[in-house]
Amino acid sequence: MAETTYLEAIRQALFEEMERDPDVLCLGEDIGVYGGAFKVTDGLQARFGESRVIDTPLSEAAIVGAAAGAAHMGMRPVCEMQFIDFISCAYDMLTNYVATARYRAFLPCPMVVRGPSGGYVRGGPFHSQNPEAAFLHTPGLKIVYPATASDAKGLLKAAIRDEDCVLFFEHKYLYRRIKEELPPGDHVVPIGKARLAREGRDLSIITYAATVWKALEAAEQLEREGNLSVEVLDLRSLLPMDDDAIAQTVRKTNRVLIVHEDTVTGGVAGEISARINDLAFEWLDAPIKRVGAHDVPLPYAPQLEDFVLPQTADIVKAARWLAEY
Amino acid sequence: MAVTSARTSDRTMPPGLTRDQLLELYYYMRLTRSLEERLVNLYRQTKVVGGLFRSLGQEADAVGSAYALERSKGDILSPLIRNLGSMLVQGATPVEILRQYMAKGDSPTRGRELNIHFGDTVRGFIGQISHLGDMVPVMAGVTLSFKLRGQDRVGLVYVGDGATSTGAFHEGINFAAVQRCPLVVIVENNGYAYSTPTSKQTACASFKDKALGYGIPGVRADGNDVVATYQVTKEAVDRARAGEGVTLIELTTYRRKGHAEHDNQSYVPPGEIDRWARENDPLDRYTRELTTGQGIASSELEELDGRVRGEVDRATDEAEASPAPEPRDALRGVYADPAEVPALWYREGIRSAVETHERPSSWGTHDG
Ligand SMILES: Cc1ncc(C[n+]2csc(CCOP(=O)(O)OP(=O)(O)O)c2C)c(N)n1
Ligand SMILES: [Mg+2]
Repeated sequence: MAETTYLEAIRQALFEEMERDPDVLCLGEDIGVYGGAFKVTDGLQARFGESRVIDTPLSEAAIVGAAAGAAHMGMRPVCEMQFIDFISCAYDMLTNYVATARYRAFLPCPMVVRGPSGGYVRGGPFHSQNPEAAFLHTPGLKIVYPATASDAKGLLKAAIRDEDCVLFFEHKYLYRRIKEELPPGDHVVPIGKARLAREGRDLSIITYAATVWKALEAAEQLEREGNLSVEVLDLRSLLPMDDDAIAQTVRKTNRVLIVHEDTVTGGVAGEISARINDLAFEWLDAPIKRVGAHDVPLPYAPQLEDFVLPQTADIVKAARWLAEY
Repeated sequence: MAVTSARTSDRTMPPGLTRDQLLELYYYMRLTRSLEERLVNLYRQTKVVGGLFRSLGQEADAVGSAYALERSKGDILSPLIRNLGSMLVQGATPVEILRQYMAKGDSPTRGRELNIHFGDTVRGFIGQISHLGDMVPVMAGVTLSFKLRGQDRVGLVYVGDGATSTGAFHEGINFAAVQRCPLVVIVENNGYAYSTPTSKQTACASFKDKALGYGIPGVRADGNDVVATYQVTKEAVDRARAGEGVTLIELTTYRRKGHAEHDNQSYVPPGEIDRWARENDPLDRYTRELTTGQGIASSELEELDGRVRGEVDRATDEAEASPAPEPRDALRGVYADPAEVPALWYREGIRSAVETHERPSSWGTHDG
């Protein structure tokens, strides 16, 4: 069977869900005729028509708000942010309106907001962001951030079928750089379940999205050069978070490195670290350490971006330190 | 769209502009175009790090409108991605632009920001961010400060047809209108927002009609006629300076290139781009106007073209020789105080990181 890229996997999920359920519709800027800035929705409008694949005005707040209204009426909108950086324009809608609708008004919001996220692409401060942590402390939203093509497809299908609003972060660095053979049939990956990306004994790296690949690279290097056996846990879902999988890996290796691309201060790693403290403090043999981006806006020049973002070498260094502790 | 040269040719010397100024308008339009053409070459040589955004066919509206400001009075504008010409008018230099695009360490943003996202409040321009519409409320505040301090200064902000659909645009222009800020808002209607035609952006027949909802005058002019653009903006600038508040100006033009260099414009109806290039190129039109209408010799314009070529060549050499940014510079300037944030522990070397964990001799107790 042919291999499918991360990007094509997302498109497949959209096609299959629109095929399966006539209530699914897509909203976004340049997603129809043009097929989206990254061509994720290419061919969708040709197949499903202008009324189900809507080229909207340049209005993120209206896209998300309108999706919420349609969702109340039983439709299943999928919103595209042309770059996830522009989700900030819909922050009010998402955190105040959408996230609270079920709780305060018994109005369901079965909708998805998806978009290209992340750096390592020389996109500068406004085309590289990872805003997942900005939504992590908003009860009522769910957050997923897949690292593989298979998970991208399966999680998007789960997100579209979910009864609540799911923020679906897609890493643009991975769009065309990774591919794999996808499981056949109706491949749905449950939200809230982590994936063990690599088994190991000496220490655990807990991560998600593009840094899963950097962690795997580091793990191989550590095995080769230092005879260290590193486990890599890919969270996949950030909200809800898979506490069982986190506790399990901590109990197994007793040393934890948390890695993410987002800035360290206020990043998701802080929450993961607090959970480990709650769930498995007695099992730790070393302090929990974090590797992430420096606490600065993401700069454009390659030399600066590479300095600011976490690199494989950083993970290797931090893991060695933890192993020696 | 019909060529409007009939309208421009019955004009004698445009009011308020000297011969030298007419030539200066030409110079800035030519400089914009030549500089962008150089950027295309550099882009193809992969020396431009990010995307490249062209204003081909839109040079007149950026140059003509900015030219209506008075730099000596401290007027300030905030450009959009296709308003390179307006920045050049305010004193941005070709080498700065080239260094920005090439992400050099001595670029105006020291490699932090892309393309023409930079500013200099002394020369009179404030850099945009990517989030469209955001500069409208910001310029409302800039011009509010002019008003509050009783300064004789005016602000100008550009938005695209697409950006008018943002909440920030609406909130900003309304705020400025209510406060009677000395602000001119230019909607640069170039037919498209990325692939989205204006018919899918607004149900208004014309962007100038939006002014009605804000209680301010709305006017429309041919953005490919540099003198018309200058004149309509000048009137609005004069109104603003006289304390009469905000004007919305719609300048009609056409985006002949894709959203950025990568965009193949497959969504554009066949023939549309060629027609604009053939019939309504702002530089061609202005060249005709100057030579036929104003009796300026072509040789004089060619001399200017030569000067521009020389300037762009020199700027390219300088920019290519510029150094890359120093990686650690990334940590400077997030705050005034502290001036630099620390590098993360694993970058400092393993030893020092171990040393930061002072361990008691017996685990988990303090009676060590
Ligand atoms: C708030 C926001 N949403 C989406 C984008 C992505 N985007 C960048 S340019 C663009 C189209 C802009 O069109 P327009 O305002 O007409 O300006 P033009 O490019 O035509 O000069 C879009 C959708 C953005 N920059 N900001
Ligand atoms: Mg436009």
